[in-house]
Amino acid sequence: MSAVLDTPGHHEHADRPTGITRWLTTTNHKDIGTMYLWFSFTMFIVGGIMALIIRTELFTPGIQVVDPDRFNALTTYHGLIMVFGAIMPAFVGFANWLIPMQIGAPDMAFPRMNNLSFWLLPPAALLLITAQFVPGGGAGVGWTMYPPLTVQAPMAMDLTIFAIHILGMSSIMGSINIITTVFNMRAPGMGMMRIPMFCWTWVITAFLLLAVMPVLAGAVTMTLTDRHFGTSFFNAAGGGDPVLYQHVFWFFGHPEVYIIAIPAFGVISQIIPAFARKPLFGYTSMVYATASIAVLSFLVWAHHMFTVGMPVEAQLYFMYATVLIAVPTGVKVFNWVATAWRGSLSFETPMLFALGFLFLFTIGGFTGLVLAIVPIDVQLHDTYYVVAHFHYVMVAGALFSAFGAIYFWLPKWTGKMYDERLGKLHFWLSFIFFNVAFFVQHFLGLAGMPRRIPDYAPQFAEFNMISSIGAWGFGLAQVLLLYIVVKTIRSGKPAEQRQWDGADGLEWTHLPTPAPYHSFETPPVLK
Amino acid sequence: MSVKIFRAAAGLATVVLSAGAQAAFELNFQTPVSKVGERVYDLHTVILLICFVIFIAVFGTLLYSVFAHRKSKGHVAAQFHENTTVEVLWTIIPFVILVLIAWPATTTLLAMRDTAEPDVTVKVTGYQWEWAYDYLKGEGEGISFLSNLATPHDQIYGTAAKGEHYLREVNNPLVVPVGKKIRILTTANDVIHSWFVPELFVKQDANPGFIRDTWFRAEKEGTFRGQCAELCGKDHGFMPIVVEVVSPEKYSAWVAEQKKKMAGLADDPGKRATEAGEAVAPADIKTARR
Repeated sequence: MSAVLDTPGHHEHADRPTGITRWLTTTNHKDIGTMYLWFSFTMFIVGGIMALIIRTELFTPGIQVVDPDRFNALTTYHGLIMVFGAIMPAFVGFANWLIPMQIGAPDMAFPRMNNLSFWLLPPAALLLITAQFVPGGGAGVGWTMYPPLTVQAPMAMDLTIFAIHILGMSSIMGSINIITTVFNMRAPGMGMMRIPMFCWTWVITAFLLLAVMPVLAGAVTMTLTDRHFGTSFFNAAGGGDPVLYQHVFWFFGHPEVYIIAIPAFGVISQIIPAFARKPLFGYTSMVYATASIAVLSFLVWAHHMFTVGMPVEAQLYFMYATVLIAVPTGVKVFNWVATAWRGSLSFETPMLFALGFLFLFTIGGFTGLVLAIVPIDVQLHDTYYVVAHFHYVMVAGALFSAFGAIYFWLPKWTGKMYDERLGKLHFWLSFIFFNVAFFVQHFLGLAGMPRRIPDYAPQFAEFNMISSIGAWGFGLAQVLLLYIVVKTIRSGKPAEQRQWDGADGLEWTHLPTPAPYHSFETPPVLK
Repeated sequence: MSVKIFRAAAGLATVVLSAGAQAAFELNFQTPVSKVGERVYDLHTVILLICFVIFIAVFGTLLYSVFAHRKSKGHVAAQFHENTTVEVLWTIIPFVILVLIAWPATTTLLAMRDTAEPDVTVKVTGYQWEWAYDYLKGEGEGISFLSNLATPHDQIYGTAAKGEHYLREVNNPLVVPVGKKIRILTTANDVIHSWFVPELFVKQDANPGFIRDTWFRAEKEGTFRGQCAELCGKDHGFMPIVVEVVSPEKYSAWVAEQKKKMAGLADDPGKRATEAGEAVAPADIKTARR
């Protein structure tokens, strides 16, 4: 609170603190974006190590590496850390870096709140990680945290609940920032129907976050009071209902799927036109399709709970509403294919990841359609088929899209070009090992192997072994990503202002490479 | 490390070589043993085929584009975009396909949920970590027992060779007559469990404090194995379900035998837990109930 009036425009670069203080106090969207991305990568490695321990235990039948309690805790925190620590922050990182540059704004609308949104994440991550080491071990309740199991769980559960509260606050502040920025800080002449698809998808996602993060906070808070303060929200003996939690959780949980997927759609909608050298086939229909997916996502939550024993009428409604999502999703896929059609295609690493996304996400979409059909879902619910399905959506969907985004914008961020040969190698290793790890899990689920079990019957042995090999391959391939990024930063060749000749956002056409620390201090002039 | 890699490779080789003999590598649902199961199986096949056709059409187009419309081949990008006719078509056609899928899905679901007029009703209670079966109505009424994992500790921790039905064997299976409609009521004592037998195409959550139901009619005698499908704590992976479907005569004999045992225990209902043989699950797998 300085008594002296700030004089805008007089801050020189030399004024900003250096070292750790720079990162702790920064209000610069690029610095914050960078921190989000490194945080996300760190969590990705932590969650990945957990996944590899899980897959090592499942390599052969029998208990070898971790006891069942530890195993359950690992599946729980693998899920929570990947969803809330790796995937969501990655896309918030992209939003921070890109939205101001893409709409011609100097920064985010609330830079200080932006700093806080980020710095809430490390304590939350610390809670999730230390939960493994407190007395009683991690809470082996699954990332969905169904009571009454959560009421039995050790104190790690409380740490987890507080972590979710903090993560929720961070997401809500981030969302407010993104919505305000896009609505109010666009360069003159840039109407809402001219902003890049990535910005549109993030605006829609931010609204989803605002709507559902409080719901999740409510669900876990009720769990907390059931655990410690004698309430009976989810305890039938006290007049509550354990299934109530599932309704509340999935009212958050289903939109959450799209919170992860929709920004990924946005990235793909930028990459494919750039490498097809052709505009997105239907910008308007993409915007409407994305918005309808978001609206529908609020109306389908109970398809995650078809086996709880709801009335048949409810099952029918949720089945019809769910299959309806296939329509706007189909519109998006057709749009991407039509964008590539008769383009002038080239296949640099971002495009490979975008096409990989398209191919694998569509498989995930089809298995989603299969799972939406109640009679089939009853057989597949809580089996490895579901595990395969959501990894196709989250890993091959969101994560591949994030990889594509990293390779696509890394030249703009760092001013240097990554090693194309290594980038392609990273893609092919990820693509192949991903399918080795997860495609076979469809067969396991069809045959009836439940998820979240530390040991299994011999009939499942072969595919589990293959899946574990794939998982290790996929995990190790990600070390290559770290190497590529570090190598780019340290010794990459200088990149051009418009590294990709088909890319047409303001960040490519109006800003030098690397993007300066302060960009668009005066708004760009748009024709 | 290299030893581990070698072992892994050797293990994989063994698996691949022995695969033919073991009839493993199952790629689809278990063969259903009920009419409803057959309908679900067929419904899945139809939907999978529809998905496959759409997938080929969409990615055939994309692949053609990937090979034909390359920059490296000198292909110049067309600049077309937006086409209302195409966009309306690719919204309406999927919608029509979905309606076509929804019809058989609805009729199958209605058949699945019709639990009326059962021949035998059994209440299934999930405990951490075992199942209790109480025959409530129909032939066998009054029979009641616990069902526990029968796989010995040594097999789980690798000090003994794993048996044929490793982790999917119990001391007391659920016995039901063939061709009869069996209604299953599920509930739980502590946390949520889920009663899942793949070949019967039955899965129903068991919620503590509430009763839900499902049913099956096995058309074939045999032993069908499943397990708990809802994460229920430490030994979630160790609470199998075994259903023995027997001829009506055998079933009547089984009921008579159980009734005799029950009569012997009548003066001490607390003995239910050990009736029909001791629970053989090892102590550290079957921890004390909370």
